[in-house]
Amino acid sequence: MTATRTEPAAQADAWEELRTTALLGTDRRPLPAPAGSPALVAAATAVDRTDPATALLELAALTAVRRRAGARPGAVQPAGPAAPADPRPELPVAAARRLTVLLDGRSGSAGGTLANLTELLPQWLATARARGLRPPAALLPALLDSARARSELRGDAVALAGPLGRWLAERNPDWRFVLRTVTDAAGTGDPAVPTSTGDPTGTGDPGAVGDRAAPGDEHRIWHEGLFAERVTHLTRLRRTDPAAGLDLLRGTWTTERAEDRLLFLDALQDGLSPADEPFLEAALGDRSKNVRATAAELLSTLAGSALATRMAERARAAVRLAGTGRALLVTPPSECDAAMQRDGVAPKSPTGRGERAWWFGEIVAATPLRTWTDDTGLTPARLLGLPVGDAGPDGSGTDPADGTWTDDLREGWARAAVRQHDADWARALLGPAPRPGRDGRTARTAGAPAKLLAVLPAPERAAWTAAFIQAHGLGEAFQLLGACATPWTPPLSTAVVAALERAASSGTYPWSHSGVLGMTERALAPEAAPAVEALASDAAPDTAWAETFARLAGTLRFRAAMLAELDV
Amino acid sequence: MEERWSTEHVLSLAPDAPSRKAAGKLSSPAPWSGTGTDGQALWGECKGSGSTPYRTVVELTTPAYRCSCPSRKFPCKHALGLLLLWSGSPEAVPAGGEPADWAADWLKERQERTEQAAERRTAKAEAAAADPAAARRRAEKRSARVAAGAQELRLRLADRIRHGLADDGAGRSGWEEVAARMVDAQAPGLATKVRELDHTAQGDLLEEYAMLHLLATAYGRVDELPEALGATVRARVGFTTETAELLTGPTVRDRWQVLGVRDTPDERLTTRRLWLRGAKTGRPALLLAFGRPGQAPDLALPTGQVLEAELAFHPGARPLRAVLGTRHGAPQPSDDAVPAGVSPAEALAGYGAAVAEDPWTESWPTVLTGVIPVHDVDGWHLTDGRDTLRLHRAGLPEPALWRLAAVSGGRPVTLFGECGHRGFTPVTVWDELGRPSGLTQ
Repeated sequence: MTATRTEPAAQADAWEELRTTALLGTDRRPLPAPAGSPALVAAATAVDRTDPATALLELAALTAVRRRAGARPGAVQPAGPAAPADPRPELPVAAARRLTVLLDGRSGSAGGTLANLTELLPQWLATARARGLRPPAALLPALLDSARARSELRGDAVALAGPLGRWLAERNPDWRFVLRTVTDAAGTGDPAVPTSTGDPTGTGDPGAVGDRAAPGDEHRIWHEGLFAERVTHLTRLRRTDPAAGLDLLRGTWTTERAEDRLLFLDALQDGLSPADEPFLEAALGDRSKNVRATAAELLSTLAGSALATRMAERARAAVRLAGTGRALLVTPPSECDAAMQRDGVAPKSPTGRGERAWWFGEIVAATPLRTWTDDTGLTPARLLGLPVGDAGPDGSGTDPADGTWTDDLREGWARAAVRQHDADWARALLGPAPRPGRDGRTARTAGAPAKLLAVLPAPERAAWTAAFIQAHGLGEAFQLLGACATPWTPPLSTAVVAALERAASSGTYPWSHSGVLGMTERALAPEAAPAVEALASDAAPDTAWAETFARLAGTLRFRAAMLAELDV
Repeated sequence: MEERWSTEHVLSLAPDAPSRKAAGKLSSPAPWSGTGTDGQALWGECKGSGSTPYRTVVELTTPAYRCSCPSRKFPCKHALGLLLLWSGSPEAVPAGGEPADWAADWLKERQERTEQAAERRTAKAEAAAADPAAARRRAEKRSARVAAGAQELRLRLADRIRHGLADDGAGRSGWEEVAARMVDAQAPGLATKVRELDHTAQGDLLEEYAMLHLLATAYGRVDELPEALGATVRARVGFTTETAELLTGPTVRDRWQVLGVRDTPDERLTTRRLWLRGAKTGRPALLLAFGRPGQAPDLALPTGQVLEAELAFHPGARPLRAVLGTRHGAPQPSDDAVPAGVSPAEALAGYGAAVAEDPWTESWPTVLTGVIPVHDVDGWHLTDGRDTLRLHRAGLPEPALWRLAAVSGGRPVTLFGECGHRGFTPVTVWDELGRPSGLTQ
């Protein structure tokens, strides 16, 4: 109560006297003598003291009114630095309103004629971020609260919040995650949304303001920060100056705990180059098995690394082109020697498969894919077409077409293609896009198709998936669709709408496709709205499908309006 | 070109959070057709799940709403959705058209009803004035009951002081019963203050006892007080003046700028406070409006805008509370988006001046200018680089305070709120573009 008030000590004392008397009671303690300023003393002296309790109340009233009327402000307090300016243009009015609505919809579900708005928030954030817009300051707290509750929003929300977001996070412990979130282009967000915006002001990504911290600060965060802050710091540094990041890590490496070493090592993925090889080679001798395995995996993606070369040697020993180039013969390793173990191959198969098959797969997955094409002069597709057989005890080969090792070899290649981001191999492994009418559910596709798809350029991914859906419907398409960039391309959207139409007419229920439908609401191209509306009006009224299509159409319109508002 | 309301203002009209959320879904052009506005009203048809669309009309000045949907919420999600659409996507609600027939019918009907209500009000006031003898007898009877209640309250307060406030049994509980006695004595103002004693921190108790004692004592001698102070005492004890009666008296016509609004819900009633300031007279005014659960309070004015209207003030030593009489046109954008304000030192001096006239003034509506909100270990403060005011939370939620911090970003802002002996309670902050943000929810 007294913080806004600086009053003469005598007056404060007089009030304390009255308060003490009131606490104990006038039965136990006499009324204090009038004190304070002459005017107050004069007024207090005039109070009738016949009844001490009433007199105390009157004295207190006198003093309280005087205190209130004479309240004075407190002494100045330092306000601290202001938030750095944010040069990005502010959201258009309609888009700001939309954000208010989307953030407001974060609790509960009203059901009804539209998808849950909270599902559309990620897309809104990614788009607004890509457009280089800034939300009105008053909306930042709600935005940061949403991102606090939903970590998948953080990358985009923190980037959108910009320097003011960081300034707020330094003041509110609830938003500390902002300081630990890496926001530059590579780290987060939807692959379809361009995250570098060609910022005309030349200030770069405002989310990366922390990168400009003074060198002393960097030092401090690395040595004193929370673990997540240190990872963020290392990741940021790797993206701007990989060598400096490596130096920082090297400086404290021996003192870090094993779990921490593992995640720090993971951060080296960003900006990985031959310059990191000696450090990673050394990490192959680490005490922790997981650290060794991670170091080996990183080295295997460095095409020219010594580990990759060693793996290629092992691969050559295990696979041989025979029959003048008409078959591949496999001699899997007979033991997992110390050198292999040092290079990250676990001696025990974690999957329960045969140990030799396991070692073989590990070697193929860690071998640079170029080894195969360079050694044989064959394309990935040709290599995949060759029969694979066991080389047999004498190495002369049994029936080359017995296919014993086919799946293991393909699986290993598929893992390598994903690890090495090799689109040619991924394309060959996926095979041509399936065609309707044929049993194209390529028994031959190895690995997880969705992972292989993710290696391909976005348009190709969409085209392949569209063809798959045309051939096979939606039943197995969930993961493939998840690997496609949003919003889906018009051909992919058309394929999905057509598949939904077939599903509706074939008598299945919408809820057996609920996973795909949920994704569709977020990802279908808004241009598909008329087609979906047509489906809604064609469907038998008051059926589950009619409702599903109507809701989907409504959501598409909402999304179209939402995205249009962000065009400036 | 009329000024469209802010999203925040539209959402503040919603009776509850689910309505806000549902309205958000109806805020895109998709479900709407036949929309339009003539500056006084909005109308449009909203496609729902049924075959016939709902017809929605909003009359902007009051505002008032009409929708053919069966919702019991008021305003319904369609009315709010239409307002959101209008505020955010001007092109989706074309201006300058004539209302559709169904909209025009309702608007005309409504205008007639409003005129009839005004006539009834006048008639009622005249009727009350017609039998002055009966009115005086009733008033005397009530005065006597209130005086007895006030006297009893003085005794109760003195008793507790005699035994000591630290004595838990006597000092810390049991005021509910006394509050009920004050209700019986037709002194609802005293009852409310008494009820609050049960929730007052011990450190503040003596001050509250003393002010209540002062009020009860003052009522005992109300006829000896100067007329204006007497009116203040009567109002604080719980005598009210009917709106109709006030409006038959003198009114103040001005361009009233809306400085802020705060809703205080309890289980039965939501109380809305609207603070205004006259552009010509510089007078502050406080309007109250009420709403039952599921219904927004019946008066809504957009913060920052200006309404040319006549206000009638409740009598008192320091008139503040007023009722809205004749309006001259709809709310419009203000010439000066950001109101002129004072420094923290001047604000406290202003509050002190109010206390000098009405000692029970807890706070006074004040615009602060050039203050930076600061959050530190002691809580929130406002500083202008010379002086500091403590920020008094008064039920303000944490997110509102952080919204204040965000709008400021560590730079000086203009802030409207209530300045009192407990500190400054913010209501509205203006950003660097002069747009107001409410800080009350």
